[in-house]
Amino acid sequence: MITSLDAEVLAIAGRSLQVTVSALAISVAIGIPAGAWLALAHLPGKRLLTTVVYTGMGLPPVVVGLVVYLMLSRAGPLGSLGWLFTVRAMVLAQVIIATPLIVGVTMSSVLAVDPSLREQVRALGATPVQETLAQLFEARFGLLVGLVAGFGSIISEVGAVMLVGGNIEGRTRVLTTAIVLETRKGNFDLGLALGIILLALAFVTNLAMVMAQGRVGNPR
Amino acid sequence: MIPLVYALRDVKQTYGPRTVLNVPSLAVEEGEVVSIVGPSGAGKSTLLRLLALLQPPSSGAISLHLDRRIITAANATTADRRQMAMVFQRPVLLSRSAYDNVAYGLRVRGERDADDRIREALAAVSMSELAGADARTLSGGEAQRIAVARALVVQPRVLLLDEPTANLDMGTARLIEDLIATQRSAGTTVILVTHNIFQARRLATRVLLLMEGDLVENALTRQFFESPRDPRTAAFVAGDLNY
Repeated sequence: MITSLDAEVLAIAGRSLQVTVSALAISVAIGIPAGAWLALAHLPGKRLLTTVVYTGMGLPPVVVGLVVYLMLSRAGPLGSLGWLFTVRAMVLAQVIIATPLIVGVTMSSVLAVDPSLREQVRALGATPVQETLAQLFEARFGLLVGLVAGFGSIISEVGAVMLVGGNIEGRTRVLTTAIVLETRKGNFDLGLALGIILLALAFVTNLAMVMAQGRVGNPR
Repeated sequence: MIPLVYALRDVKQTYGPRTVLNVPSLAVEEGEVVSIVGPSGAGKSTLLRLLALLQPPSSGAISLHLDRRIITAANATTADRRQMAMVFQRPVLLSRSAYDNVAYGLRVRGERDADDRIREALAAVSMSELAGADARTLSGGEAQRIAVARALVVQPRVLLLDEPTANLDMGTARLIEDLIATQRSAGTTVILVTHNIFQARRLATRVLLLMEGDLVENALTRQFFESPRDPRTAAFVAGDLNY
C-alpha cells in the first residue's frame, strides 16, 4: 500500500500538506507579530488578553469546527462565500486553532528575552522596528518550537476538518479524515498505512525544523 | 566658548515615594570627560540613563545640545540617538558571534562595508582571536570588552559608560582606560560612572559626587581631589566615609 503509493493516497497526503502549510503560514503571519506586540506593548487589559490567548491555545477543535460550520453554512454570516466543504473552510478552521498557539508561544518566547536587551540595542542606535527584530531573533528557538507545535496540531487535527470539509473524496479528504473513514469501514490495514504516511510527513517536517534550529543556533 | 552638550535643570527622579536622584543644575561641555562617582545606590546609573535619554526624568529638564538641536527624551529621533553610545553596567550581548555584536551598531545604521573598522575595534579591546566566538560563551570580562568595542566602533559624539572596567583584571582595565583617554583626545564627550576614584582621577576632566541621590560635588578633577567644597567629598576621597 505504502510502497505502491497509488494516486488517491498521494492526493490525500498532498492535500494534508496543502491545508497544513497554508494554515500554518497564515497563523505565523498573524501570530508572530501579534505575539511580539502582546509581549512588548504596554496596554490596558494585557492580562485579560493574555488569558484569552492562553484559553485559545486549548480550544477544542471540534467546537471550532462547529462554529466555523455554522458561520459558513448557507444561513450563516459567511454563507455567501460558499466555502463550506472546501479546502478553504478547512484552512480557516485550522488557522483559528493554530493562531492562538503561535501567539502564545511567541509572546512567552519574547518575554523570556532579557528585558535589558531592548534598551541596549536602542542605545546602539536601533530603530523601534530594529529593536523588535533583535528581540525576535533572540527568541528564535521559542519561535521554532511554536512552528513545530503549530504544524503538529494542524496536521494531526481531525474533528474540525471533518465537520467543515466533509471528508469528500477527491476534494476535502485528508490523511486524518481518511484514517477515520477506513477504520469505520474495517479497513484497518489501509488506516494504519495512512497513519504511517502521516507520521512520516510529520517526522520529515520536524527533522527539517530541528536542522534549521541547529543552523540558527550557531553564530554566523 | 566651548559648546554645551548637556544642560540639566531641577532634575528629579522618583520611584513611588522615593527620590533616587536630585540634581538642581548641571552643565556638560563638549569634549569633557565627566566622571560620576559615589557609593552604591547613590543614583549614578540613574543619572547616566537619563543622560542617555532612555527615559525622561520624573520632573525637571535634561537636554542634549548637538548641531544646534535641543534634544530631550521626548523628542529624540533615532538619528539623535545615533550620536550617542552607551556601555551598560551589565552588558547584554546578542546571541551571535562577538564580531556580529561589534558590527550591530554599524549594521542598524546601514553601514555594511565596515569590516576594517569592526576588526580594528575588536583588536583595540584585545578580542581579535575571539571574533568568531559565540557571545554566549564569553566570560564576564570578555563580554564587557565586546560591549566597549561595539560602543566605540560607531564613533559616537557622546559616550556613556557605566562601570566599564568593573569586571576586568588590571591589565584589561588599563586597556579600556587607554581607549577612553583616546576618546578624550579625539574630542568625544565622555560620561563615566565608576566606583574607582583613582580611575576618575586618571581620566576625568571633571568629577561629580552623588550621595543618596544628591549632587554633593561638581568640580574640576584637581579641585575635587585637592580642595573640595563639601566636607563629604573630602571624606569620600580619603576613604573615611562609611557606606
